[in-house]
Amino acid sequence: MVKVEFLGPIQKDALELNISNLNELATILQEDKELQEWLQNSAVAVNDTLVASRDFALKDGDRVALLPPVCGG
Amino acid sequence: MLELYDGSLDVPTLLEKWYKEEERSNYGAYIPFVGTIRDEDGIDGLSFDVYEPILASWFESWQEKAKAKNAIIKMAHSRGDVLLHESSYIAAVFSPKRRVALEFIDEFVEDFKASAPIWKYDLKNGERIYAKDRSTAIKGSGILS
Repeated sequence: MVKVEFLGPIQKDALELNISNLNELATILQEDKELQEWLQNSAVAVNDTLVASRDFALKDGDRVALLPPVCGG
Repeated sequence: MLELYDGSLDVPTLLEKWYKEEERSNYGAYIPFVGTIRDEDGIDGLSFDVYEPILASWFESWQEKAKAKNAIIKMAHSRGDVLLHESSYIAAVFSPKRRVALEFIDEFVEDFKASAPIWKYDLKNGERIYAKDRSTAIKGSGILS
């Protein structure tokens, strides 16, 4: 299973999904209407490292995080 | 060095602590930036969420860049609520000469604003409202859309 977490202001509980890459995650999350805008403006990290492409393999135990727009300081 | 605190930062204590840590390190320049929450738009304060694992690796990458210039960076940030006229963010660069520190603090704070995984909320009328309009999408966002 892959754990998917939604950080900061995205009001959504974490998911546990049986997926093997980020393309499959995209297909699942795109079905959630409330996530549409967040998917467009969020960065994606796998095991706390940002990734640049959705052609990215996932394995059992991986953690994916969605990071919406930031504003520190 | 990256330090996170619940609530507002104790500015005099942190600036003095950092000064003491480096006063014998032979740095010629100590340039701090202190961010203070201003009274504007009817807010009572700001509130912050911080995602520590990625913040720590982002900070380490900047510490490496600083090291390449014989400089070091220190940074402190708040978690949770910070009220008006209090500080939520301090960054400082120590370097052998002032020019490096002046330029580095500028680059560092700009990238902090654009990349550090911290989310800001306005505290207004008892609500915590995401500061969406002032936020910046991290480079490479949108790959799942």
